[in-house]
Amino acid sequence: MMEAAATSGAYWLRLIIGLVIVLIFSQLNALFLVWLERKVAGHIQVRLGPMEVGPHGLLQTIVDGIKLVGKELITPARADRILFVIAPVLVFTPVLVAFLVLPFGPDLIIRDMNVGLLLIFAFSTFSVLAILVGGWASNNKYALLGAIRSVAQAVAYEIPLLLSVMSVVLMVNSFRFSELVMAQQRVWFVFLQPVAALIYFICATAETNRAPFDIPEAESELVAGFHTEYSGMRFGLFFLAEYTNMFIVCAVATSLFFGGWHGPFGFSFKIPGVVWFLAKTYVLLYVLMWFRWTFPRVRFDQLMNFSWKVLIPLSMLNLVITALVLKLI
Amino acid sequence: MELFLFVVFSLITLVSAAAVVWHPHPVKSALFLIVTFFAMGGLYLLMQAEFIALMQVLVYAGAVMVLFLFVIMLLNLKPRGEDRSAFRKRLRWAAPLILVFLGAALTAVTSPLAQLGPSAGQGVGWVESQGGNVRAVGRALFTHAFLPFEVTSVVLLVAVVGVIVLAKKERR
Repeated sequence: MMEAAATSGAYWLRLIIGLVIVLIFSQLNALFLVWLERKVAGHIQVRLGPMEVGPHGLLQTIVDGIKLVGKELITPARADRILFVIAPVLVFTPVLVAFLVLPFGPDLIIRDMNVGLLLIFAFSTFSVLAILVGGWASNNKYALLGAIRSVAQAVAYEIPLLLSVMSVVLMVNSFRFSELVMAQQRVWFVFLQPVAALIYFICATAETNRAPFDIPEAESELVAGFHTEYSGMRFGLFFLAEYTNMFIVCAVATSLFFGGWHGPFGFSFKIPGVVWFLAKTYVLLYVLMWFRWTFPRVRFDQLMNFSWKVLIPLSMLNLVITALVLKLI
Repeated sequence: MELFLFVVFSLITLVSAAAVVWHPHPVKSALFLIVTFFAMGGLYLLMQAEFIALMQVLVYAGAVMVLFLFVIMLLNLKPRGEDRSAFRKRLRWAAPLILVFLGAALTAVTSPLAQLGPSAGQGVGWVESQGGNVRAVGRALFTHAFLPFEVTSVVLLVAVVGVIVLAKKERR
């Protein structure tokens, strides 16, 4: 099907429409998530959160965004100018690439690549790279410290993340998102692979630098971590990338463990797949926010020990057991 | 289109590879190396080897280079000075090294292992007959290339153990 469409104009039209939708969606999603985060934080701390602009403060982030755009872009005098400017762009681009393969619905995948799952993880390492470049180019000790912490953390948590994902891939025998989701028509993988799902979600929290794993930008120790020197929309891009990244890890979790566009146990209640997919993703996002306002920040050595001594052996074991069971059945 | 992309990716690979060597600043050298790896990933993609391409990006351009940069930034290496004499001294090793490398590359290409893959002009068909990209690589790794694969992993293990031993000694 792909080959037949590749030559026609419909193919390009599809790509362009997809790109525009993705760009609009990622902005709206970030705006909504920032608002939701502030609301969740507010209600968990028994206050209301933003209430002034729009109904229940819904337009607050738009106003904040306009403020950010209007702010002056400051480049520190001793910073590495080129790298300093490139870093925010570099952090946002790989995030957009992930939308290329995310399965929003049976017919709502821009390109259903046979290595789709790998594509997301391959490009997600680039945001770490961008953070490192940005932190170093700022020529600021807090920024550099934040960047270095971020890398140590990302390297430690990438391994169990990939291992936990691999056990699902073993069961389906494919990296293709549509096949991964189709395999969960009756039973979601969260029931067959609860350990992998748990490890994935913990690692995803760490990968997105969210509390309790937010030491790269620990406000109380590092000012703001790697983006200390960034102002205006350059800071805005880091922010945008972080929230879009959160959406992506939750969307991947939805399609790997929570059945993607399928309803529970094969019942779809005549609700379209996209709605299921988005609903599940946003529930997971809510859980991610819930984490942040419930758990205190972990210490750096605890963080590293937890990954290297608990998560990696556990995910390795889970992978071996999965392979054994699959071989025996 | 394919030829055009090939030229673009090869040019990026070659130019940034040269920049890795010539750039005086270690951090930027490492960044150019990332660009090189990335463009090489593009070349693999042109050969319809999506799996290898993504592995190239995931492992080399991503994980390995992040660690490289991490160490360079941690040590806070300064740009090397304009000391050309040391560079010239090292240059005399360049010719024999290039010869060794060329020899190794030639043996690799003419070795029986190189015959595993498809012959020229039928790459895509061959990969399809193996049941896709990932299967083709996996099958090759665990059957014909099993010995080199295992030897490589042992060598890596030795390196890891060696690093741990060295690092531990320093702490005392």
